[in-house]
Amino acid sequence: MTAKWFIDASYFAVAVVFILALKAMSSPVTARRGIVWGGIAMVFATLVTFATPGLHNFGWMIVAIVSGAAVAWWSGKTVKMTDMPQMVAIYNGMGGGAAAAIAALEFARGEVHGPVVTTLAVLGALIGSVAFSGSCIAFAKLQGIMKKAWRLPAQNAVNVVLALVTVGLGIAIIAAPSIDPVLVIVFFVLALILGAILTSPIGGADMPVVISLLNAFTGLAVGFEGYVLGNPALIVAGIVVGASGTLLTQLMAKAMNRPISNVLFTPISGAASGGG
Amino acid sequence: MDGFTAIYIFMLAAFTGYEVISRVPVILHTPLMSGSNFVHGVVLVGAMVVLGHADPESPLQLAIGFVAVFLGAANAAGGYVVTERMLAMFNKSGSSKKEGAQ
Repeated sequence: MTAKWFIDASYFAVAVVFILALKAMSSPVTARRGIVWGGIAMVFATLVTFATPGLHNFGWMIVAIVSGAAVAWWSGKTVKMTDMPQMVAIYNGMGGGAAAAIAALEFARGEVHGPVVTTLAVLGALIGSVAFSGSCIAFAKLQGIMKKAWRLPAQNAVNVVLALVTVGLGIAIIAAPSIDPVLVIVFFVLALILGAILTSPIGGADMPVVISLLNAFTGLAVGFEGYVLGNPALIVAGIVVGASGTLLTQLMAKAMNRPISNVLFTPISGAASGGG
Repeated sequence: MDGFTAIYIFMLAAFTGYEVISRVPVILHTPLMSGSNFVHGVVLVGAMVVLGHADPESPLQLAIGFVAVFLGAANAAGGYVVTERMLAMFNKSGSSKKEGAQ
């Protein structure tokens, strides 16, 4: 029991430090300190998690952490300063993908019980998948891999229909008495497509705002999966990022003099640009 | 955790997130976005727990768990490096504006 108490106390401390770090990062004087505190808290949280009772597969875990961190560390260190925004996008997409993968694994293990837990798992999976594929498209565009902004005919209608179908599938998963693997797979595929087609028509100048929005999405997804896993540190960090990310998105859109709805629904690159 | 406790946590965390950055100056928008991107890298902790509970006999579960931990670790490490580099640039040149973002 003491191990569990120690872990819970550590997660609490980590959540507090994350909030203080974000607070510090919103002022130019203390910003540098903020990220360092956050980094220490993150390393501490990772180390403490190894002591969680009942875990196995430590070999895989260490290989995944070392390889993932090494790839990201190296790419983050070597990238040119002007290429930073797309790096933020791709790391954010990875976070969303991680949240979606957590949900997928909980479904595969059949460990999702009860309507509330299933609902939040499905929501986290949906938002996380959208953030993942959306961020990948954002990365591809800023990196110059994807040069043209392609727009489907009747883009907004397609978006709405696809979103409704995906949500409908999500509700079917929640309502089903047991987890249906086919339903879950189709659901994930549609959620990934949705993220991609939502982001693809958006032009380069609007990208920072979209990345910020996807960042808020990932935060929400992490918070919801935190509830599924019963981990308050994930809930607090995720929802704090979700809320601050939403506010930040609004502030960024305002700084550009472009309402957020214009960014999403009447992209500059599109034929039907009315506002802005 | 019962339902209402969770809703209280969600509600308080949402207000905290909103308040904590409400006075951010425009030049810090991009670094703060990157910083909050780093903070949700804590998803790594959740990914480690699910991989740790995955059935070692099931390649599918191991694969999904591995991907989750890999992506989570990349989110945390990459988010940290990028934010650190952005803010380091800030310190050196005082009030120089960030290019490429605003």
